[in-house]
Amino acid sequence: MLELKALSKTYKTGDRALSDISFSVPAGQVVGLIGPSGAGKSSLIRCINRLVEPTAGSVCLGETELTTLNGRALRQARRRIGMIFQEYALVERLTVMENVLSGRLSYVSSWRSFLRRFPQADIDQAFSLLNRVGLGDHCNKRADELSGGQRQRVGIARALEQNPDLLLADEPTASLDPKTSRQIMRLIQSVCREMNLPAIINIHDVVLAQNFTDRIIGLRAGKVVFDGLPSTLSHEALTRIYGAEDWGQMQQANEPQDDDTLLYNSLDSSPMLVSS
Amino acid sequence: MSSIISSSQTWKRPPVLLKSQRWRWIIISGSVAYLILAINSVEVDWFRVYEGLERGWRFIQGFLTPDFSSRWRDIQTGLIESLTMTLTSTVAGVLVSVPIGIGAARNLAPAPVYMFCRSIITLSRSFQEIIIAILLVAMFGFGPFAGFLTLTFASIGFLSKLLAEDIEDCDSAQIDAIRASGARWWQVVNYAVQPQVMPRLIGLSLYRLDINFRESSVIGIVGAGGVGATLNTAIDRYEYDSAGAILIIIIAIVLVVEYSSSYIRRWVQ
Repeated sequence: MLELKALSKTYKTGDRALSDISFSVPAGQVVGLIGPSGAGKSSLIRCINRLVEPTAGSVCLGETELTTLNGRALRQARRRIGMIFQEYALVERLTVMENVLSGRLSYVSSWRSFLRRFPQADIDQAFSLLNRVGLGDHCNKRADELSGGQRQRVGIARALEQNPDLLLADEPTASLDPKTSRQIMRLIQSVCREMNLPAIINIHDVVLAQNFTDRIIGLRAGKVVFDGLPSTLSHEALTRIYGAEDWGQMQQANEPQDDDTLLYNSLDSSPMLVSS
Repeated sequence: MSSIISSSQTWKRPPVLLKSQRWRWIIISGSVAYLILAINSVEVDWFRVYEGLERGWRFIQGFLTPDFSSRWRDIQTGLIESLTMTLTSTVAGVLVSVPIGIGAARNLAPAPVYMFCRSIITLSRSFQEIIIAILLVAMFGFGPFAGFLTLTFASIGFLSKLLAEDIEDCDSAQIDAIRASGARWWQVVNYAVQPQVMPRLIGLSLYRLDINFRESSVIGIVGAGGVGATLNTAIDRYEYDSAGAILIIIIAIVLVVEYSSSYIRRWVQ
């Protein structure tokens, strides 16, 4: 579905953010992209929908080569790629409905979007997506009246309103509490299952990534240093991605557990550390 | 107790700008010396001041006993002219400033457009209203039309510069999010930028309305119509009581505009 070939990005400052990245993502697969800060996770995601211009290599979505597109063709390719942002990136002074409908902007004329006169089918879809993410009653609220978790649900609805062929998520849980983070990840995972949608989720929380993705790709200094099933992400692999650390402590939390007990378990484990 | 005090360390805030004490003294004493010399170089004719005091006093007396009635016709025409000039020039200024402001925002406009719009802003900002008014009065003759053009021209520099800066300060994540959905440039402006800058644009326009009213009474003095022209005539004829009435009306209107604009600004947030 999505295929990256020898993708590289060097910024004007000379920083080599990505070098020679190649992998492909089949339909319906949810990929967790992990790695230390500055490893190029954000650059990689943004190179795919060209918010960042790749320096070399190719990105193919289905049959379309994305790196050479311009103008109208680029906009039409972008609308096939839904994006979910860190800190939500909703337009705060617009209503929830306007935010969701902004996923349809490339399908309607500037004049219609200016008058907020979207086709009925788009509005129906927006309502059903808002119901799907549990925000059906909030459509006329301003986006900045919502809580963090609710805002990210609007962000997901906006991305899905595009009817995308690919979902990109840039740290979707970075500013959410642990329980809300899990709910948001579960929501992304389940919509991808339902719609057979491939997704690349850039995420800092390794445990969260292991629980809710089908495959983990580890980046370090712009190179892929791990690519495999979440269950095969060993301590040795984590050291390759992040550097040396006592990974055993972290993975205690890795056993499947209820959302509500997650916090308490991690609290319980702290006296053990003191005694040992 | 005493042992605690004796063991305490002294602390002084380290000097921030000038580290060397010698330079600090040189600069401070130099500035003081310059100030004294400069004040001494101003020539004051105390006799003239004494004469002027009397005139000033007559002016203040006129101001304290304002005469609204004897020149009311002239004051009324002047005020209506001023208010018309203020409102039309603000509206025209906003209409022209929005496209220029968008063009002068680095995050929305390509480099040539950016340079062009920035140079318009610089041109407009580099001339004081009075100078433009004198030029335009010479071109279009006495009257409010020259005033309207002056204020519009001045509003453009003010509004587009501040609007452009506000657009550049916009949250880029919101712009990226709308762009990532495949939106056209106009749609990005309409959906991502406009909601972010609208409250400030409304606030700036009201503030400019306020400024334009005050300026309209100043540029009237150089012949650009409005209540300033009436004020000028009254002062020229030594009718300080009428002049006082005009000043009181100007102050009252400025206060009303100031109060209502701050109220509206809070409301649109």
